[in-house]
Amino acid sequence: MVSFNYVIKDELGIHARPAGLLVKEAGKLGSTITICKGEKKGDAKKIFGIMGLAVKQNDEITVTVEGDTEAADAEVMKAFFEANL
Amino acid sequence: MKVFEGKSVFSGIAIGKISIFQKADTSVKRFHIEDVEAEVKRVDEAKATALAQLQKLYDKAVQEVGESGAAIFEVHQMMMEDGDYLDSISNIIRTEGVNAEYAVATTGDNFASMFASMDDDYMRARAADVKDISDRLVRVLSGHGDGDMEASEPSIIVAEDLAPSETVQMDKSKVLAFVTRKGSSNSHTAILARTMNIPALINIEYDDSVNGMMAIVDGKNGTLILEPDEKTLKKYQELKDEELRQRTMLRELKGKQTETKSGRKLHLYANIGSTADVASVLANDAEGIGLFRSEFIYLEKDNYPTEEEQFQIYKTVAQNMAGKKVIIRTLDIGADKQIDYFNMAHEENPAMGYRAIRICLDRPEVFKTQLRALFRAAMFGNISIMYPMIISVKEVLQIKEIVAEVKKELTEQGIPFKDDVEQGVMIETPAAVMISDLLAKEVDFFSIGTNDLTQYTLAIDRQNAKLDNIYDSHHEAVLRMIKMVVDNAHKEGIWAGICGELGADTTLTERFVEMGLDELSVSPTFVLPVRKIVREMD
Repeated sequence: MVSFNYVIKDELGIHARPAGLLVKEAGKLGSTITICKGEKKGDAKKIFGIMGLAVKQNDEITVTVEGDTEAADAEVMKAFFEANL
Repeated sequence: MKVFEGKSVFSGIAIGKISIFQKADTSVKRFHIEDVEAEVKRVDEAKATALAQLQKLYDKAVQEVGESGAAIFEVHQMMMEDGDYLDSISNIIRTEGVNAEYAVATTGDNFASMFASMDDDYMRARAADVKDISDRLVRVLSGHGDGDMEASEPSIIVAEDLAPSETVQMDKSKVLAFVTRKGSSNSHTAILARTMNIPALINIEYDDSVNGMMAIVDGKNGTLILEPDEKTLKKYQELKDEELRQRTMLRELKGKQTETKSGRKLHLYANIGSTADVASVLANDAEGIGLFRSEFIYLEKDNYPTEEEQFQIYKTVAQNMAGKKVIIRTLDIGADKQIDYFNMAHEENPAMGYRAIRICLDRPEVFKTQLRALFRAAMFGNISIMYPMIISVKEVLQIKEIVAEVKKELTEQGIPFKDDVEQGVMIETPAAVMISDLLAKEVDFFSIGTNDLTQYTLAIDRQNAKLDNIYDSHHEAVLRMIKMVVDNAHKEGIWAGICGELGADTTLTERFVEMGLDELSVSPTFVLPVRKIVREMD
């Protein structure tokens, strides 16, 4: 299991459009990817799971990647957040 | 050929195909299902169809508004394919043994309420997206078509009835005419039709077989002619050309002053209901905007519009009008204009109920948001503010107190705003007419709302089509009231105008000028006909 923290910079937070992009990106990866905000957890491959977290600007999230290709997949996720959120 | 008799609310002729506007009927029944697996499969098939519809919408939106604007339809597709969403649907079918439509509707409600309960405006608004995709799925399941206005060519829109919000959302370039079974000539949809220069008929008893048929809307005689023969078609084509010539002639009046031969000037402004109407105001050469119906900003949204959203809209209109007067009326809802998120209780008699300024004074937080946006936007043009449904001096004093608070807060926060904004009241109740001498001491101008004033004076419900024949807009009582208001305004040195439908009644224009009215604000398409009459006066 690999995990990293990230602070959201996008002023709207994880709104519908980036949530859609995130689901698309995560869907390409073999690992199970979970996003945590405080106590709440959401599956990065499910749009309702992510939007249900209501992540706002300056919120810190933890991204957990689990699977055979977890190290590489975590890098992909990290790059995605840097570029889009 | 078949002729339907109805009532015209806007003259003019339209020739084209009929398209029946289907209300998105998504009410579902719950019933027991034996073969649950077949029902789950039905959802699967419906999902594929709905996804294809969304793809089509996405492609269309990409062309029209670009990729980032179209992204919402991609998100809708993802929502529809979401594992949790689909699991919930099949779970309900399997555990309760119920039909797919019910399972989808229930799941949609559950997911929507999850969004609705979030403490974030943006996320709360997403409840509408969930409802949208669920409604789409239900429509596919129950065979109701895809609910998108598919009219690829401009059509005559035929409907049971049209709510103001539905009329607003329509792509107006696809609308040749409105024809409804219900409605009255004073409904907001009728007013909108007039604003948009679109022929409109009401009280037409059509049946569903007319969909797709060729037809003529005769707004002069109030008839709908189905599948006209060649002779009839030719006759109406000629009438339509004549109408066009008339309009071209009026265009020659553009740029001319609105004054009588002896030089008495009148300010001729236009009424608008959205920023899109500004183009029509300028095309018809109005000298300003005499009534900006701000409630359309609220009607188009599914949650309270923010100060920033409102500020941008007011600012844009003020800038587009480039120094010409823009009179913005504060929120006027209630009565026939209802907004879900205001959660207003049912009323037996809403026309005399909780509406307009009464809501604003009762809920100052809503009122203040609008006032802040208005005073800020006033920096960018010639904005005046107008308060609706006034019945007492006390209300005006309360408004002044709230305005003072708003200005104080803006000052403390260091937010720039214009201090000396012209502020007036609408005179649309008999009470306001009778105390107009007192009100004139407190405000900068009067604008007479003749629609409500006539309704309250004659005690005739303007929504009741049955009473249209006794609703006399030229009633002497109303005309005398107008005169009284003008006189009381002038005694205190303020101006008075009319922003109701009566202002556009060209048979009264001469009388209005004689009464001494300073301003008339009419639907954009009436600006030039009214100017023509004033210029012909001595």
